Amino acid sequence: MKMDKTIAGQPLAGPETAPAVAEIRGVTRTFGSARALDSISLTVRKGEILGLIGRSGAGKSTLIRCLNGLERPDSGSIRIEGQEITDLSDRALQPLRRRIGMVFQHFNLLSAKTVIDNVALPLKIAGVAPAERRRRALELLDLVGLAARADAYPSALSGGQKQRVGIARALSANPALLLSDEATSALDPETTHSILDLIRDINRNLGLTVLLITHEMDVVRSIAGRVAVIDRGRIVEEGAVADVFARPVHAVTQSLLAGIRPQLPAFLLGRLGVNGTGPAVFSVDAVGADAGRDFARLFGETLGAPVHLVHGGIDHIGDQPVGRFFFRAEADRLAILARAESLGPAIHVEFLGHEPGSR
Amino acid sequence: MNPVLVDLVWRATVETVVMTFASGLISLVFGLPLGLLLVATAKGGVAENLWINRLVGWVVNGFRSVPFIILLVALIPVTRLIVGTALGTGAAIVPLAIAATPYFARIAEVSLREVPRGLIEAVESMGASRLRIVREVLVPEALPGIVSGFTVTLVTLTGASAMAGAIGAGGLGDLAIRYGYQRFETSVMVVVVVILILLVSGIQVIGDRIAAALERR
Repeated sequence: MKMDKTIAGQPLAGPETAPAVAEIRGVTRTFGSARALDSISLTVRKGEILGLIGRSGAGKSTLIRCLNGLERPDSGSIRIEGQEITDLSDRALQPLRRRIGMVFQHFNLLSAKTVIDNVALPLKIAGVAPAERRRRALELLDLVGLAARADAYPSALSGGQKQRVGIARALSANPALLLSDEATSALDPETTHSILDLIRDINRNLGLTVLLITHEMDVVRSIAGRVAVIDRGRIVEEGAVADVFARPVHAVTQSLLAGIRPQLPAFLLGRLGVNGTGPAVFSVDAVGADAGRDFARLFGETLGAPVHLVHGGIDHIGDQPVGRFFFRAEADRLAILARAESLGPAIHVEFLGHEPGSR
Repeated sequence: MNPVLVDLVWRATVETVVMTFASGLISLVFGLPLGLLLVATAKGGVAENLWINRLVGWVVNGFRSVPFIILLVALIPVTRLIVGTALGTGAAIVPLAIAATPYFARIAEVSLREVPRGLIEAVESMGASRLRIVREVLVPEALPGIVSGFTVTLVTLTGASAMAGAIGAGGLGDLAIRYGYQRFETSVMVVVVVILILLVSGIQVIGDRIAAALERR
């Protein structure tokens, strides 16, 4: 079983080479004088889970609405499976919208329809015969573990169950892309995990491409392979999740990561000064095999002084170890940076300052 | 009460029920699409068209501003055109239905407008046509409210049908005025009032039950 998952997931894994499911090029959308999207380019490749993260108001919702044609960009190009959608009429857009399954923060299940009828609705819209709709809907309810509640009404379900129905519904018409719009933001942490696990399983077992829109880095870390950070209508950072987590470049990324990435405690950081005379404090970021290296020894040897770990550790993103450490040593900035340089560009070292005190 | 009066009361009851339900049914058939039109063409609606929205809004408001008793008389030529006569129960259905249609349209509009925007967009994002959205989302989701609104319309029509006596429509209201009021037949008045109370309560109870049975939220 484990074997099957890997085999089904792997051929699609190469994010650089897999064909694009959704291709956004230079999309701009303004509302009055406000630029909701400012020349955005983003590619979602077949089989990947791409996390799109940003604060509220960053332009995430507008981008989603442009992707399924509910909103039209002022300029730029959006291709779904190679087909340009920005110049299509409303009617011509309808069959294309079926290629994108959407999962919503507030589930958006129809209260007047039973669970199975909700799941079967995209099929009904696509013109599938009733018997086939029912068969397929039951199959999907089985996949999300809710076949027993097929004839219940959504009001009788818990939040997590509602979202499972939402996912089943999004999948029923065999979409090319699953668009998850803050799907876990209204759920408690435990339910969030089970929903994210479900999305990951679907990605692996069915090879389904997922665009995960969220404002929570934790969600991205749990299941995404790549991440794009959106701020004020622009993509400010993009890359493999482990890389971005190891070395966030943009201030917004850093602040989004602040909660889940080791940070030097404020009382320690506050004491540091560039011209201090006490021990130096520096940070080391490393990904993959590098994360496990014994940095205290590596630095200690050349600095000629003991190096102490102050804070930090190794986290795992997917199967990638990501290390972030804070060290203290009786040394000066130049010596530390010189040593850092000899370790190569993959290991990122930042000099943070000196503690006060006499040397 | 003498048998002649009993017979009169019975016939008047039937006339009132016929007038109420016939005009109610007509207002449902025309009022619901009108309500849908008002919601769909409104700003942000599935078929936004502010000109049509304003035009329909004016017509609806126009009919709703005219007092029913005046509408009753003013519509006599229209009634003649449709029914062939301006007198009797059948003739009264025309002005009753014309008055009730915009009334019910506004009530239905309120229920339809309360359907969450997210549900409409969810189904829109599945590639549904406008008609499909109306059939699968707007009407089913608003149905409990529409049923309650239709109940209110029927109760209002029961009262309004009494005025239709002014154009010789018959019915319980007419009976109450001619026998109970003008001929001092207190017993007729009491019986008529009791029947009206039973009729209105019956409509309300049945309407509430259907609305509750449809409520899934």
